[in-house]
This record gives sequence, C-alpha cells and structure tokens, in this order.
Amino acid sequence: MPMTFAEKVLSRKAGKTSARAGDLVTCKPDRLLMHDNAAAITDKVAKDMAEFGIANPEQPVIVLDHVIPASDEKTATSHKKIREFVRKYGIKHFFDIGTGVCHQVMVEKGLILPGMLAVGSDSHTCSYGAVNAFATGIDRTEAASLLLTGETWFKVPETIRITLKGRLPEMVSAKDLILTIIGKVGADGADYCSVEFWGDIANLTIDDRFTIANMGVEMGAKNAVFPVDEITKGYLQEIGVKRMSWNPEWADDGATYRQELSWNMAEVVPAIAVPHKVDKYKPVTELAGLEIQQCLIGTCTNGRASDLAVAAGILCGKKVSASTRLLILPASRAELEKALDSGDIQALVSAGAVLLPPGCGPCLGAHQGCLAPGERCLSTSNRNFKGRMGCKDAEIYLASPATVAATALTGRITDPREVA
Amino acid sequence: MRIWAYGDDINTDMLFPGKYTYTCAKPDEIKPHLLEDLDPEFAKEVQPGDIVFAGKNFGCGSSREQPVVGLKAVGIEAIVARSYARIFYRAAINQGLLLIECPDAVTAYKPGLPVQLHLKESSITVGEQTFKFPTLPPEILAIRDAGGLLAYTRARLRAKAGAK
Repeated sequence: MPMTFAEKVLSRKAGKTSARAGDLVTCKPDRLLMHDNAAAITDKVAKDMAEFGIANPEQPVIVLDHVIPASDEKTATSHKKIREFVRKYGIKHFFDIGTGVCHQVMVEKGLILPGMLAVGSDSHTCSYGAVNAFATGIDRTEAASLLLTGETWFKVPETIRITLKGRLPEMVSAKDLILTIIGKVGADGADYCSVEFWGDIANLTIDDRFTIANMGVEMGAKNAVFPVDEITKGYLQEIGVKRMSWNPEWADDGATYRQELSWNMAEVVPAIAVPHKVDKYKPVTELAGLEIQQCLIGTCTNGRASDLAVAAGILCGKKVSASTRLLILPASRAELEKALDSGDIQALVSAGAVLLPPGCGPCLGAHQGCLAPGERCLSTSNRNFKGRMGCKDAEIYLASPATVAATALTGRITDPREVA
Repeated sequence: MRIWAYGDDINTDMLFPGKYTYTCAKPDEIKPHLLEDLDPEFAKEVQPGDIVFAGKNFGCGSSREQPVVGLKAVGIEAIVARSYARIFYRAAINQGLLLIECPDAVTAYKPGLPVQLHLKESSITVGEQTFKFPTLPPEILAIRDAGGLLAYTRARLRAKAGAK
C-alpha cells in the first residue's frame, strides 16, 4: 500500500513495515527540543533523573532563547539551573543566550536532517519540515518523560496535501502565501493532520519553506513538511552536513489523503492577519492607512538575513516614521552575522530601527517591546492572539517583512508594492 | 456545579498569558492567572467539579501546559468541546484531565440547562438530551488513569528496575 510521508517516517521509527493513519506507534525521536522551559521540565523529574539517569544525553537539545538576556532574578535563576543541568548530565547539544531562536538554531547547527523524527516542547517545532523532518510540538510533561525514557507514543496522522503552483509575484513573499492558505483552511483546518507541501517548490528558498512550515501549527497541523530537492541539498551542504548522514522520505504516488488542495502562487497578494486570530485574512489593500505604533521584523518566522535584506531594501537611506517604532529581532547569531556582513543591519539601524538580540523577545510578551493598551503592532511573527505581546487591550497584525518595512516608513499600514 | 461556556479557537494565550510562562510553573502560581485575558471572573469563582464548555479547536496555539495544569488544579471535572488542538489534547492526557469531544453536547448546551456527566457510560446529559462521547484507546487511557504521564512513566521505570 502506498504511504504518506508521516506514515513512512513513523513506520520506520517504530520498526514496523507499515503504520497507517490512525495507528498508535511508539518511537524514539531523534531529537527532543527544550528552551528556557527546560528549567521547569527538569524540575518535574529531578528526583527521577537522580534515580534512573537520563535515557540518552544526545537526544535533548537546549537553546536559551525565550527570555534572553534574563529579565529578572527569576528568569536568571532558571537559566542558571539549566546550565547546571547541562553540565551534570553531559547534555551534548546546548546553546546559550544569543545563539538564536531554538528552531532556527536546530536547523542551522545541522541537528535536524531529512527524514528525522523530532519533538519539542514548543509549538513551532513543526518548522523543521522545511528540511524534510517529521517534527511536532509537545507539552513540558511529555518532554520530562522523554528525558527519562527516550521514547513516546504517536498517533499516525491523516495527511492534507497542498500543491503549490507557479511563482510568487514581486514584493509578495512566503509569509503572504502561508497567511493566505491559513485564511482559507482555517485555524483548525489541519487539526491532528500532517501537511505535505509540494509542487513548484523549486520557486521557494529554504527560508521561504521555513516560514511556511513554521506556521503549520497555526492551522492546527501536527507537522508540515517539504520534500528534499536540490535547494535542500545545497542548504545542507552550506551548513556542513554530510550527505551520508541523512535519510530523506517522501510520500508514495497513490498515498491516501484526507484532503488535497492547490494554490496558484502567482495570485497571492500582500496579506495581513487581523486581530485576534491567525486565520483572519485580509489583503493589505483593505487595511492601508491604519495607524501602527510598533513594527516588528524578525522571530523564527521571518528573522533570517533574507528577510532583513528585504526590509533594508525598503528602508535604506530613509527614516522610520516618527509616529511608529521599528524593532529588529534576528532569528539567530549566524543570520545576524550575514546581515551585518551585507550591510543590511547598518541600513536598518541608520533608518532608526532598534536592534534586539537574537531570540524570542517581544513575540510572546514576556519582555522587550511589550505593547500598551490601545496600541497596534504590525509584526512578522506567527501569532496575533489577544494579550500575546503582553497587553490584552493591544492589537497585533501579522504581515511579511516587506509590508512591515513599508509600514515603518509611513507609520500606517502600507502596501509594499507601492514603495518598491 | 457551574458551567463556564466559551467560543471557538480559544488559544492558550487566553487560557494563560504568555507573559507569565517563564515565571509561573507550579499550580499555586498558575491559578490566579487562569483565563485572565478571556474571563477575569473565572480564577476568582471557579469551584471543584465545574465543567468548561467550548467550541472548536480549544487550546490552540502555544504548547505551554500551564492551562492544563491550572484547570486540573482548580478541580475542573471535564472540558466539553467540539474539538481540541492536538498539543493541548495530549497535555490533558498527560495531566489526567478529562477532555470530552462531543459537538452535539456543545450544540445542545444553553445557559441555565442542567448538565450531568456519566463517566462509566461515557455519556453526558444536557437538559433532556443524552449524548455518547468517544473514549480514548486503552493504551492511552492507561496514561490518564495512572494519574498522568509522569506517574505512568515512574511505574514503568520501577517495574523495569525491579525486573533486573
């Protein structure tokens, strides 16, 4: 019987010849991601780890990114506790503050390879589908149990296949595409499902695929994934991954899908998700002129050097409007370094942007760039939920780096096609 | 017993704001902020045995488990919704919190109608109507019934150590 990507990876990892959608399987994930929440996770099982040890010191990856540098004594103490845990148990993959947002770091450090199975105590773990991994989010308790056992159960998901056709127009990006898709499919449209993207994906860079896979969870998906092609191979080669070490998977012809959808990328226009749900799609033209007090370009969704280059292209030699403020949040140190080398950071800072350290910062409202009641933020992040940026009486709108940069120039929502 | 009824796509930021995620992990730290940006009355007035009703995709968004830990800690007997987001669904199994997926019961519910849970029969009565709801597969039920995943894992590790 032909199988989907999810069926193939989960069958292989469970040591079965064939696992079908709906089956329960037990697997040892290749990776277990934790971030600042590793403090709370290890707290839950401190005694158990002392008694039983941890299952596999190579499985966990810890990246400090959510509240960095520590904002107060409590978060500083959590970070200290995590560093002590890493030393005590010989955790092989640990990245201290400033390395970047965990999802970007996982991929760029070569810890995620095609065909891998990864879980993470963060909902945007689905990002790794960009490089053909089956990756999905779990809660803290599940992560704690994995530290002890190295394994967990999976329900093999049904699959939705999305065929992407054509090429995105000028000043329209992968972010506009995924906001458009989520607007159609709905915030629960892919609940419990695996989502396979394929078609004219040669027209999408690895960064584009990362943006798209990252937002899979915003339509409820368990994982979102792309096949391996020359672009994936080129990227993995660039970051120093050896070809022999990976095991790409893709669906067989004739696999069973719950739903098949198709998108013509040439028809996508700059998109905005309006408060307070990611599936509340509007074309930018319907919102043009709306006053914005804070602009945010960055995060794990859109904080790569290619995103900053688009923003710099719009803002270079110009000034951020006095009626708004622009925050830049690079996805990682490596991406920041690329943007430093290219001069894009210089251009953005000269235009009046505030540069934040690579991390999660304002995206989750814990610190840095919180909003005040009545304010509006236009952000390249992945969530516009009420209260998300620290204030329930503020509004968050989601858009592409180009739309946010164009808006930073005017202080009002601006169609990037007008300033290009 | 009181019913707390909410709409569709209630995300975990509404159930427990992100700004507290890295400073509150224990039940007593979580309780005062439960549903803070959704229903400020909830944390003050919720009583053990209360039930939450909701629409589709309950618990979507962040993987933070404080909403589940908190709802369990204040004694919510069950959540009845049209559907759940998967990380939340799994987190509830791991904390031993009962989630009931029953769109018909949600449709039948109107404020003021009496609600009764019949756990043995896997059914729920809303007003005059009784609805069956699906149960979990036995291997997953074993996790919830052990009192949650960590209790389940500890029992397995002890059995394994004892067998050696």
